[in-house]
Amino acid sequence: MAAAALTNQLNALVNNMFAMGLLDDQFQQLQMLQDSTAPDFVSEVVTLFCDDGERIICELARQLEKPNVDFDRVDSYVHQLKGSSASVGAQKVKNTCIQFREFCQQRSRDGCLKTLDLVRTEFYDLRSKFQAMLQIMNRKAESTEKKKNCDAEAEGAS
Amino acid sequence: MSTTTVPEPHVLAVDDSIVDRAVISRLLRSSKYRVTTVDSGKRALEILSLDRNVHMIITDYCMPEMTGFDLLKRVKESAELKEIPVVLMSSENSPTRIRRCLEEGAEDFLIKPVRPSDVSRLCSRVMK
Repeated sequence: MAAAALTNQLNALVNNMFAMGLLDDQFQQLQMLQDSTAPDFVSEVVTLFCDDGERIICELARQLEKPNVDFDRVDSYVHQLKGSSASVGAQKVKNTCIQFREFCQQRSRDGCLKTLDLVRTEFYDLRSKFQAMLQIMNRKAESTEKKKNCDAEAEGAS
Repeated sequence: MSTTTVPEPHVLAVDDSIVDRAVISRLLRSSKYRVTTVDSGKRALEILSLDRNVHMIITDYCMPEMTGFDLLKRVKESAELKEIPVVLMSSENSPTRIRRCLEEGAEDFLIKPVRPSDVSRLCSRVMK
């Protein structure tokens, strides 16, 4: 698919994520930081967020399974997830983390478990969209590289 | 005629979050700083003992074992390091926390997520 069509596809996906409240303007800040000196910045940060988020959610589940829940430790992990969500513009996940921390303060295991389910669902939804975004970005980069090589060959031949 | 290249100012960025390290690093590099990132206050002090050519430290407040505030205190208590400007960052907008850091000698306190405008403001003030 041509780079222009892929750009349109990418823009449509990202705009939809904004419209659904999955992303806030911090994601636009990240996009603006990407340039020729850091062409893969957005995909790198998004990948780091997805991997780190997965790790934190697994750890939260493990902590909440314990017979005696250490709510301060749980809160610390939620704080981490909230922070990284805010940094990439993951608005919905960030807002659910804020609720989660309130249940940690209340020492409510039920509240924490319910909110963990919610944050897990929202995170995985966001992650799948981020993965789709990364696939389009990769295809776009390949398409651009292919065109550059074709142009160079044509120039060499003429 | 020879021209002298002015070396880029060197910033040490400290944050236990891998995501935040990537973001703050990019923010600083896009403002033409040379950046070293570490994941703890302990590691930051190790770097500072080896490399005195650090023009600014920017550190997260909430970190395990050694908080950003602890790191600030250690830097300001050190004869060799106390002149290095230290900037704190936090996602919590706590006036008490901010006041405490500024009283301890922090140059500034940024609320996360840090924006390019925050870095520009730092550059013009702190790095003169």
